[in-house]
Amino acid sequence: MDKIKSLDDLRALREAAGAIVRSRRQGEEGAQAGCDGASGGCTLLVCGGTGCKASQSALIAERLKDALTEKGLEDTVQVVTTGCFGFCEKGPIVKVMPDNTFYTQVKPEDAAEIVNEHIVGGNKVTRLLYEDPGTRTHVSDAKHMDFYRKQMRIALRNCGFLDPERIEEYIACDGYAALGKCLTAMQPAEVIDLVKRSGLRGRGGAGFPTGLKWEITSKSQADQKYVVCNADEGDPGAFMDRSIMEGDPHSVIEAMAICGYAIGATKGLVYIRAEYPLAIERLQKAIAQARDCGLLGEKILGTGFSFDIELRFGAGAFVCGEETALIHSMEGKRGEPTLKPPFPSVSGYLGKPTNVNNVETFANIPVIINKGAEWFAAIGTEKSKGTKVFALAGKINNVGLIEVPMGITLREIIFEIGGGIKGGKKFKAVQTGGPSGGCLTEKHLDIPIDYESLTAAGSMMGSGGMIVMDEDDCMVSVAKFYLDFTVEESCGKCTPCRIGNKRLYEILDKITKGKGTMDDLHRLKNLAQVIKDTALCGLGQTSPNPVLSTLNNFWDEYVEHVTESKCRAGQCRALMRYEIDPAVCVGCTACARNCPVSAIEGEKKQPHKINQDVCIKCGACIEKCKFNAISIK
Amino acid sequence: MKLTIDNRVAEVAKGTTVLEAAKGLGIDIPTLCYYHLENLDIENKPGGCRVCVVEVEGRRNLAPACSTNCEEGMVVRTHSMRVLNARRTVVELLLSDHPADCLVCAKSGHCELQTLAQKLGVREIAYQGEQSHYRKDLSPSIVRDVDKCIMCRRCETMCNDVQTVGALSAVNRGFNAVVSPAFEMDLDKSPCTFCGQCVTACPTGALTEVDHTARVIAALNDPTKTVVVQTAPAVRVALGEEFGMAPGTVVTGKLAAALRALGFDRVFDTDFAADLTIMEEGSELLGRLSAFMNGDKSVKLPILTSCCPAWVNFFEYNYPDMLDVPSSAKSPQQMFGAVAKTYFANQIGVKREDLVVVSVMPCLAKKYECQREEFKTDGNPDVDIAISTRELANLIKQSNLDFANLPDEDFDNPLGESTGAGVIFGVTGGVIEAATRTAYELFTGKTLEKVEFEALRGMDGVRVATVDFDGTPIRIGIAHGLGHARQLLDAVRSHELDLHAIEVMACPGGCIGGGGQPYHHGNAAVLEARAKAIYREDEGKALRKSHENEYVKRLYEEFLQHPMSEKAHHLLHTHYFDHSDKIETI
Repeated sequence: MDKIKSLDDLRALREAAGAIVRSRRQGEEGAQAGCDGASGGCTLLVCGGTGCKASQSALIAERLKDALTEKGLEDTVQVVTTGCFGFCEKGPIVKVMPDNTFYTQVKPEDAAEIVNEHIVGGNKVTRLLYEDPGTRTHVSDAKHMDFYRKQMRIALRNCGFLDPERIEEYIACDGYAALGKCLTAMQPAEVIDLVKRSGLRGRGGAGFPTGLKWEITSKSQADQKYVVCNADEGDPGAFMDRSIMEGDPHSVIEAMAICGYAIGATKGLVYIRAEYPLAIERLQKAIAQARDCGLLGEKILGTGFSFDIELRFGAGAFVCGEETALIHSMEGKRGEPTLKPPFPSVSGYLGKPTNVNNVETFANIPVIINKGAEWFAAIGTEKSKGTKVFALAGKINNVGLIEVPMGITLREIIFEIGGGIKGGKKFKAVQTGGPSGGCLTEKHLDIPIDYESLTAAGSMMGSGGMIVMDEDDCMVSVAKFYLDFTVEESCGKCTPCRIGNKRLYEILDKITKGKGTMDDLHRLKNLAQVIKDTALCGLGQTSPNPVLSTLNNFWDEYVEHVTESKCRAGQCRALMRYEIDPAVCVGCTACARNCPVSAIEGEKKQPHKINQDVCIKCGACIEKCKFNAISIK
Repeated sequence: MKLTIDNRVAEVAKGTTVLEAAKGLGIDIPTLCYYHLENLDIENKPGGCRVCVVEVEGRRNLAPACSTNCEEGMVVRTHSMRVLNARRTVVELLLSDHPADCLVCAKSGHCELQTLAQKLGVREIAYQGEQSHYRKDLSPSIVRDVDKCIMCRRCETMCNDVQTVGALSAVNRGFNAVVSPAFEMDLDKSPCTFCGQCVTACPTGALTEVDHTARVIAALNDPTKTVVVQTAPAVRVALGEEFGMAPGTVVTGKLAAALRALGFDRVFDTDFAADLTIMEEGSELLGRLSAFMNGDKSVKLPILTSCCPAWVNFFEYNYPDMLDVPSSAKSPQQMFGAVAKTYFANQIGVKREDLVVVSVMPCLAKKYECQREEFKTDGNPDVDIAISTRELANLIKQSNLDFANLPDEDFDNPLGESTGAGVIFGVTGGVIEAATRTAYELFTGKTLEKVEFEALRGMDGVRVATVDFDGTPIRIGIAHGLGHARQLLDAVRSHELDLHAIEVMACPGGCIGGGGQPYHHGNAAVLEARAKAIYREDEGKALRKSHENEYVKRLYEEFLQHPMSEKAHHLLHTHYFDHSDKIETI
């Protein structure tokens, strides 16, 4: 590809590349144009995100191409591998453009049918369409699905739309226009002012105003400054940053360059965990392409601004998402936080002023520059502007990645977008903010969510993990699960996090094993408070949140565990009792024969009995009983 | 700026921490990981232990006083209920993962965690649970009992930042995090120089010396053995601290009396060997200088002192290209051993293997040094046992001696006589000052009237001074602390600095701050008092130049002939090895 040496070159390329994405854009705009092979200009989008790839989406794309070739349509119909569509529950996804048909759970063997029936025959393959669980009717257009209806995709705008491995497609979608605008028509201070006015706040967790961070870094005097992209997505279950890097890597690169221009940095670094191989591959390709066409490197777009980006790999430590720990890790030191101040904006990587933003934050920047601060600031709540990406997981029908405007309620997310609780069970709690967040309940469902309201409710925005729990989830076990994670992931530097979290875990473990006392509950509360009060970094200060929020919201459940030895969710095995109803048992001996520890006694054709001292609560008896005589108490 | 701490107003300069401001008001906020030797520019401030947390009005969390800077109008409470509860909980957490074997711990009575628990009146540990267990690491000098590590990181700061040795760093995560050599290898496989500065700084019993007192008692009670003892200069200005005396109290006479009372057959002085070292090293320096000034450019200059065994280890690891630069003179400890097991053993008619040489050293590396193969004859070491000042104090206590009230006694002869030059070996700058006193007279042929060289004294980490040898300027470099030694040596290696002689002592402050000295718990004033005491002891000596030591002269007349003689070379000089593999394996 030729070097892009000026804004005019960039514009020319955008015009030229427009044709590549025309059919997609028509579809997005609701053209509802026909999509038969004869008219041409048709595109098949196949999800190439990590999830769908694991379900053979690469093979699907190949089979689609084969089927098209067979029909002689290989030149008129494009097959494009895109980033994640978000609706992972229903993946692999294949979308047909411009008629906007959304096929779900596609298998490689469905490829020929899609081509033959839909592309050639003009008839949609009904069985692959999404079925609305309420109306039981098939919905062919994503726009009419509950999952997408309330979403607003800004950071994810290009994910599931363009081929992340082709810079032309990004350029066709206004890519690098924001950088061009900044370099040719704006002073660095104007860029910072625009980002400040947009109200964008850090999407990595703490919600620090992005523009302010840029301003502080820009004012730090140094011979070298750095822009760092925090791609160390550590929350279990959260994958928005990975999806952005896999689906739209150029948006991150462009934003980093804009940040570099604004703060006066010529070097950018992406700290990414080595366990994200696809994201690494796509970022590396994107960086190489950007360099090839002069959008990274010396004198970008013929201006005096030079900027380049390197990758730094992390070994997958949760604490390295904390910016000082991240910087130490990049420097080759032990990944552990240090006290702030000094903040990285004053003394960061190699002691130089460093601006650290996370992937999702960066992905918002080009759009904000293009559409203006006012446009962005009009979305969201008073203090939290724009949208937020959440990773929906747990006992919810529509697992996936969603982007919604700030101020939406948990109820809308869980029951509309998420499609409610799996299996028609009762909603119990939702954990937001990852392992350091808190569990929110029924009473929090109608709070408009933003940084402040989540914190006030005893949880946090975090990076946007959202795990839904139903009545079968024991809240003590949930707290224990998260503590297990923080115990593993603590760096061990400060006492409260190193030893305190371990002790929290041990007390929770004791409670789930039926050995807890009321005294333990009070000790749990005190210790959780002290850890929150005294830990060195954000990880330690928030790690007791799952304990504190469950203690606050589910105190009765804790008390039941210790005073009645009861786990209402039936999850704490030590608290369970398997019992045989003598009135129902016919003495078939099936349970006794299958008990691995010979805990069941009884004569043939006589009611059997479980010896509770021997029983290991494996559940083998209940499975074997044909008479429903065994129950869990 | 003004702020309020516990309802009292403090006025401080910008950059003052809350801890310092409180101290100024006489408010003693407890600390644990924090460690600061102001005069030596040594600071460990990871903010990790969270013991010093205080409440700052308007702040969501408690703030660590050690690393929170004062701000105008700040309102601080150091003992509110919230603070007291948090502080106690944090200490209980530390105790919950710490062996409760205080009764038999090497650090008992000197343990800062123990003191803290006592200060806070901890009577029970509310948060019991799993405890960490690691294997004990026994090196020739230092014992690592990692179960007692509280992750204060002081040792790491000493080893990495101050000494630039890099043997210790935090490993593992979370509950399993401890400070350890890389890959949890043993200390003696690591680049550890055994300087013992980690031991000096460790607040608990995680790092202590290898205890050799039992071996000393066994030797003293073996009727077939003649046991002699030598004691290093820095011991006499620090031992008194173990018996409640003020830092800087000189206890030379009581020390000699105590050693005699312990049952040593002869009570000698390493200071004698220090004078002997000056004769050899000074002559070597003069030899190299004269050759150089006569145009022999192949001569290696500057000459480096080689008294300090941790320093020897350090340059064997890090400067394999410069092994011919240091003086080949053995350290005083080893010179003493070599002379005792030949000259003295002969004199009293005792076979080498029946003579046990014990040394009392301020140092832990000396334990390693005396085990080096090149300091043995047919497997029999020149120095059999090296114990630290602390171990000697323990021996004295075990032996029911009322140390403070012992009448002063003298050292025995012939290896007990010393000059003031031998004494100052115990402090940074002292070896080179002693060498200068002798070299000046030998070089110029004139009598040195003023023996104090103030330019060579002080506590700056790297010092460069020029001494006038009657018209010939001699340029001298001094470094204490291995990090400073590295700076100095790198400058020499890159020809940035042009020097004639360099003195290096591995420990900050010199031997007075050695790894085997009574614990000073980060109180820099203790080191200063010891340094002053060394110079006082020197001033009180009738003779202050090594070459005036009558018994040294006699040793040459009767046995060695002259400095650098073949016999002297054989007994008093050594050679160095390339141990750079210690660094490369990491």
